Amino acid sequence: MNTLWEFLSMQDANVRFVTIGSVLLAASSAVVGCFTVLRKRALVGDAVAHAVLPGVCLAFILTGEKNPIVLLIGSFLTGWLSLIVIDVITAKSRIKEDTAIGLVLSVFFGIGVLLLTSIQHSGNENQSGLDKFLFGSAAALVGQDLYTFGAVAVLLLLSVVLLYKEFKLISFDIAYARTIGLQVRRLELLLTTLTVLAVVVGIQSVGVVLMSAMLITPAAAARFWTDRLDAMVIIAAVMSAVCGAAGAFVSFTAPAMPTGPWIVMLLSMLAIISFTLAPNKGLLSRYLSQRRVRRQMMRENILKTLFHLGETTGEYQHSYSKKQILERRQLPLLKMQAELQTLSRQGLIVKSKQGWALTEGGKKEAQRVVRLHRLWELYLTQYLQVASDHVHEDAESIEHVLTPELEKRLEELLDYPTTDPHHTKIPQSS
Amino acid sequence: MNLDAFWIILTGSLVAICCSLLGCFLILRRMAMVGDAISHAVLPGIVLAFLFSGSREVWTMLIGAAALGVACTFLIEFLHKKARVQSDASIGVTFTWLFALGIILISVYAGKVDLDQDCVLYGEIAYVPLDIWLTEAGQNLGPRTVWLMGGVLLVIVGFVTVFYRQLYLTSFDPAFAVAIGISTSVWYYLLMGAVSLTTVAAFESVGAILVVAFLVGPPATAYLLTDDLKRMLIISAALGIVASILGFYLAVWLNGSVAGAISVIIGLEFLLAFVLSPSHGLVSRNRKLSKVAGV
Repeated sequence: MNTLWEFLSMQDANVRFVTIGSVLLAASSAVVGCFTVLRKRALVGDAVAHAVLPGVCLAFILTGEKNPIVLLIGSFLTGWLSLIVIDVITAKSRIKEDTAIGLVLSVFFGIGVLLLTSIQHSGNENQSGLDKFLFGSAAALVGQDLYTFGAVAVLLLLSVVLLYKEFKLISFDIAYARTIGLQVRRLELLLTTLTVLAVVVGIQSVGVVLMSAMLITPAAAARFWTDRLDAMVIIAAVMSAVCGAAGAFVSFTAPAMPTGPWIVMLLSMLAIISFTLAPNKGLLSRYLSQRRVRRQMMRENILKTLFHLGETTGEYQHSYSKKQILERRQLPLLKMQAELQTLSRQGLIVKSKQGWALTEGGKKEAQRVVRLHRLWELYLTQYLQVASDHVHEDAESIEHVLTPELEKRLEELLDYPTTDPHHTKIPQSS
Repeated sequence: MNLDAFWIILTGSLVAICCSLLGCFLILRRMAMVGDAISHAVLPGIVLAFLFSGSREVWTMLIGAAALGVACTFLIEFLHKKARVQSDASIGVTFTWLFALGIILISVYAGKVDLDQDCVLYGEIAYVPLDIWLTEAGQNLGPRTVWLMGGVLLVIVGFVTVFYRQLYLTSFDPAFAVAIGISTSVWYYLLMGAVSLTTVAAFESVGAILVVAFLVGPPATAYLLTDDLKRMLIISAALGIVASILGFYLAVWLNGSVAGAISVIIGLEFLLAFVLSPSHGLVSRNRKLSKVAGV
């Protein structure tokens, strides 16, 4: 508890720099990352992160000193160039985007490594520490870095706030953006520039590989919680900021622990939790809803079978044993038992000594399903010219999902039919 | 050419052939970045293998890393197919996470693990001739890496030639492949297993970045030069060998990293094909376009 308090009070200047720096960096790259991920360009961050190296080396070769501003400008230029090259390759040849990204990434990095090693072997005393650029070290943040971080974070956030509508359009509907006369090219370029800026600034503290996580992971996680862009951006930024602070805390309590990898580790954990547990889109909730649908289908199929059995004799309320139901229709026996119980609880069927029978309500419900099935079969044969002996399978799955509105439209379209393609009567809704 | 140069170029060429053959299938399946992902995700595997075995024996490292490589492809596929994460994002989330795990493991066991990121990411092909395999009798069999990569090359060439049809069909026409009873997911994992094996074996000697360059560069270049998969495989292997040779001499000339120099040559090869390819190059494309416009 004491350590936490010591951390939160931020008495130590070093802790202050690292924490504020990490939070600023994480939150602003998450915001930019949302747009890159939505535009299906999640991995370009990786390419930029690798393409920074030749810029750093060239800047050093040209000026002969390790002035951070000069190095930043150098890395910005080659990072930017790498994205342009990716665009040109995909636009002007049959090479697909992922291949272009992989190629640019490795070639730019190769150039950088060649230059770096060449400088190192040249005996220039001044060069030591250039490679720190590659792997980054958040723990080494100093006050001056904080000003750069702060300035860049403000710039990134401000551009996103000011151009929010435009960025939203080019992320979701580029064709529409073009038709209403937006400067799509220019906006794309601006977004690219912002991405490069985020990467270039972040790379010094978390390193090449982990920088792409700062862009991608929060955005991918936030995507699972919402369909709204504004909510997604805010969720991603908050997640990242929290992980940024937590990462700084981890390396505060255990100084041997690197801040950057811990930020990424925590972010990844949050992302995996989001993928599994998020409502609606999460793995678990989708599994549950699929199971719900399957059970609903099974119940409807049982009702339908009882209805079919009654159809032959005209006595719908007759009881049938489980065996008779199974003869008519193959259902998994174990699961069927549970659904029979549910149906009887819902008052749609009743149990007697001879077996199960439809109630009045059950008959109505069964009629509805059978009706939908036959209407759909008719629709397929009349409008899509499907042969009548091929329509059953399709109707079997669609009958469970047709809504009352669609049912009404089908009826109108088919001019209130009374028989299906197999000349069986279509039960009318009462 | 002295003996050291020969060994270095030979190692480069062996890695080049393995990677370019597999890379052709990767880029046709739009999975070029999976190679990059695997090459980073094996880091925790190497560290864990080292911790469990306590030795830097090549085989334990290979097994640890290959296990993580395959696990990485499983995870990517799981996140994409089951959790429905967008495919590029699922690659990005997976490999950065595993890489972060690797670095954290290294820092936790900093005293016990004699590994650093530099050695894992760079690898130094120039050191290949130093690690000589001596038999008990003291006979010099040449560099260890050459034997290792030679073995991997046999496996990969065998894999690609014997199962050419399956690999071809699952890459180009998955629907048809399924219809005639070839499981796409089995071949996906076999291909990914082969990529992991190659990546891991090549790792120590040439480094992650050159593996990625070989996996993507020569196949992409060959893809601009031919429409026939068999030719594409041969051309990309040849381009990889040429890049190894020229890259070595470029590195000697500039007194820099051999892996970096080879990547530079791979980039140049691509640039040439991109501009000058008779069928798909910039020049011939423009000529065709202006012809169409002229008519």
